[in-house]
Amino acid sequence: MKLEFKINNTSKALELLPNETLLNVLRNNDFTEVKCGCNEGECGSCTVLLDGKPVNSCQVLAMSVQEKEITTVKGIGTLYTPHLLQKTFVEAGADQCGFCSPGMVLASYSLLKENPKPTREEILVALDGNLCRCTGYVKIVDAVENTAKKLHSNNLVME
Amino acid sequence: MFKYVNQPVEKIDGLALVTGEEKYTDDFSFNNMLYVSVLHSGYAYAKILDIDDSEARKMHGVVEILSYKNVNQILYTTAGQGYPEPSPYDTLLFGNTMRFVGDNVCAVAAETKEIADEAIKKIKVTYKELKPILNLEKSEGSPIIIHKDDGAFPKIPVFYDAKKNIASKVEANVGDFDKAFKKSSKKIEFDFYCSYGAHCAIEPHASVSYLDLRGRLVIISTTQVPFHVRRIVSHVAEIPVSKIRVIKPRLGGGFGGKQEILLEPIVALMTWRTKRPAKLVYSRREVFKSTRCRHEYKTKLEVGYEADGTINALHLDALENAGGYGSHALTVLANAGSKTLPLLNKIENLRFTGMGVYTNLPVGGAYRGYGATEAYPGYAQAIDMVCEDCGLDVVEYYKKWCIKSGETSAIFQALGEGKEGVAMNIGSTSLVECLDEGAKLSDWYAKRKLYGPDSDYNKGKRLKRGIGMVAMMQGSAIPEIDMASAYIKMNDDGSFNLNVGATDLGTGSDTVLAQIASEVLDTPVESFIVYSSDTDFTPFDTGAYASSTTYLSGQAVRKCAEEIKKQILKVGAEMLSLSLDEVELDDSRVVAKGKKKEEVSYAEICQYSMYQKNQFQIQATASHISPKSPPPFAVHFIEIEVDTFTGIIKVLNYTATVDCGTPINPVTSEGQVEGAIVNGLSYALFENYYFSPHGKMLNDTFGKFGVYTAFDVPPIKVKLIKSYEETGPYGAKSISEININGALPAIANAFYNATGKRLHNGPFAPESILKVLSEK
Repeated sequence: MKLEFKINNTSKALELLPNETLLNVLRNNDFTEVKCGCNEGECGSCTVLLDGKPVNSCQVLAMSVQEKEITTVKGIGTLYTPHLLQKTFVEAGADQCGFCSPGMVLASYSLLKENPKPTREEILVALDGNLCRCTGYVKIVDAVENTAKKLHSNNLVME
Repeated sequence: MFKYVNQPVEKIDGLALVTGEEKYTDDFSFNNMLYVSVLHSGYAYAKILDIDDSEARKMHGVVEILSYKNVNQILYTTAGQGYPEPSPYDTLLFGNTMRFVGDNVCAVAAETKEIADEAIKKIKVTYKELKPILNLEKSEGSPIIIHKDDGAFPKIPVFYDAKKNIASKVEANVGDFDKAFKKSSKKIEFDFYCSYGAHCAIEPHASVSYLDLRGRLVIISTTQVPFHVRRIVSHVAEIPVSKIRVIKPRLGGGFGGKQEILLEPIVALMTWRTKRPAKLVYSRREVFKSTRCRHEYKTKLEVGYEADGTINALHLDALENAGGYGSHALTVLANAGSKTLPLLNKIENLRFTGMGVYTNLPVGGAYRGYGATEAYPGYAQAIDMVCEDCGLDVVEYYKKWCIKSGETSAIFQALGEGKEGVAMNIGSTSLVECLDEGAKLSDWYAKRKLYGPDSDYNKGKRLKRGIGMVAMMQGSAIPEIDMASAYIKMNDDGSFNLNVGATDLGTGSDTVLAQIASEVLDTPVESFIVYSSDTDFTPFDTGAYASSTTYLSGQAVRKCAEEIKKQILKVGAEMLSLSLDEVELDDSRVVAKGKKKEEVSYAEICQYSMYQKNQFQIQATASHISPKSPPPFAVHFIEIEVDTFTGIIKVLNYTATVDCGTPINPVTSEGQVEGAIVNGLSYALFENYYFSPHGKMLNDTFGKFGVYTAFDVPPIKVKLIKSYEETGPYGAKSISEININGALPAIANAFYNATGKRLHNGPFAPESILKVLSEK
């Protein structure tokens, strides 16, 4: 069956089965930027924002979020119009294999939106649900800190 | 001074990665595609008496089922190594003997994944359970034989004795260990145990295949070794190499785990038989149980020395658990010796003995560190013990005894990969500077003095602190075996296609290779359109393993770019009516030497060579093998706090100084160091395989396995200390593997510094630490 969802600020009809997870529905409908690392809610690769809050989409029944705003990593910035946070990830070298990146970017985005000047400790807590095996997290945490600094020094708010 | 190398260039795929634009294997789907599920053995050792798939075949949507009943029984090794492989041919894609929990029973292809999973449940398998071997120390010579009369054989002439469960055996002697050990006035003997480890690349293993418009098989796969995939799929699935194309798209991490040919032959056969696209993606649990892991090891050290610290004799013995199959069993073993023993090359009498044995536990394979990770905990603790006993500072000790530029070790020649090694002298090294600088950055001398088991700082305290260190070496590519090649052609706007067989696992090698070409041709990195890892369109490369890509593939790119440079200069000189020795390259132009007023741009040169006169395509290809494997060096200092009530070891500070020659890209190089350190820490303090009494892995999820999260990471200081390796591109050596090896040995040494007790079992999890602390 087909149902309407609000994804990345547009309304989209997605093909789905009633018992499918949001992760499967998104991936089956070409939102392949949402990655599947474990399908058990333990790695954060499938992170999306629901009304701005990060969730593991593999643990959410798609039917239950029809009324919510769903944001994937492309919803905050694309290759052609990247978000400051995404540019800073690349600049800091926080992008190795990139498989965790969509989830990491979204978890960081959600943090900075709520707390534009997080301490290093607050960043670690915010990223605790997202696994990365390549970077040792050092440059990812740097990227979040650097973004916060850029926002602050340019008097910008996170959008 | 360099312009494009040794610069923090952003990864060329970076923005596409962080915006989710890039495609990984599972992101490719095709019309009419079949979904594949694999049934894995629940028994550690069993004979399949019968498979009845009739119920499954009757299910609507089931298209094909593969098992030993309809798949030719062709022996091979899943190890994606050069040919002939140094790993034994002891594996069948689908056989009738199950040798570990997770072995392949059969596979179903169906219209949907749900149908394939349902069909798997309807297949009736009749097993005859056999008594398994679940302990590596009980395997050699056991009456239970794991590869009995199955025809398993070594592909190259090496020791192999399946009747005794011996998958590999290595021995190397320098001097006369026995005599020197006997004569020594002081002796140390101890064991160190290393647990199983899992790569935990966040992207699970996946393969998708389809037939192209001319009936050729295309395999898109999560692989570090596309060319080996092509060769091995051809062998196992009996499809000519000419009919196979292998593509590695973006890869979500490898670390050695994707150097195995596991899923590709399954989808290949499904597509070849049904003529339909087929996709197989392993679940995280399947990745843990059924793919490959770090071998379990027991090493034994014997050291004979004198009161002044002189080590007369050192023997490293390694017992390796190969698991059910011998993938990488020989080469990981050899590397346990060849990547440790040359470090203190002034020890005159060295002995390495090693044996890999079959068990009915998960199969070992390649994993970042490759034997060195397993050998350094014993080796570096032995050095620390000698120094402690003789009242010497261990950093000063390494400075005095370590291998220096111009020196060699007889081990280089004695220990190769399935054959004799290659003799070499060390060219580049900044190891002594790494030792000095690391000691300074970690405040080694003050802290080593402050802590100590009997110090005022620690005595009688619940929380005890200590600092420990380790010095290490690894290699850069396998000498005279690994080969890399590159192809470059010029386009009419002055841009270039750079096609390489090299495989970017996420390390950034596509970017690093472009930087090398940029440096040669004095043109920005953006001028290169990099395309890698496609067996139809890129030239051969052995693949991403053995710390080879920057060093080996980088040199192939450099040679290739040098050829292009010659052609560009020739056309440029012709256009400027100057002789070859009157022109040079300067910022994407050919200019008259000195004056630089007469100039032609790369765009003009290419247009001239394509359209105007003496037309030809400016293009070149080059290959590279290395006569040596120059070691990168690293020194790690770790400061810890041990909670003697809970057994929890908290890492307070981690300092790493690293010599990778010239870091072609300092940011991605640092990233390699940090990633390896955290992986090593997670393995040293937490990660392990827990088995049921029947050999089933119990903790087969990320959560239970205990992969470090951002919150677990201690403060890490990394400093790259340059040297210049003449045989590498612009002085570069490798960096990817070495830094995973430091956590176990340096923490063990720090633990002694804090408590006066030695650690003999990894990982250093709280329960094991409490046990050690309670011992008298």
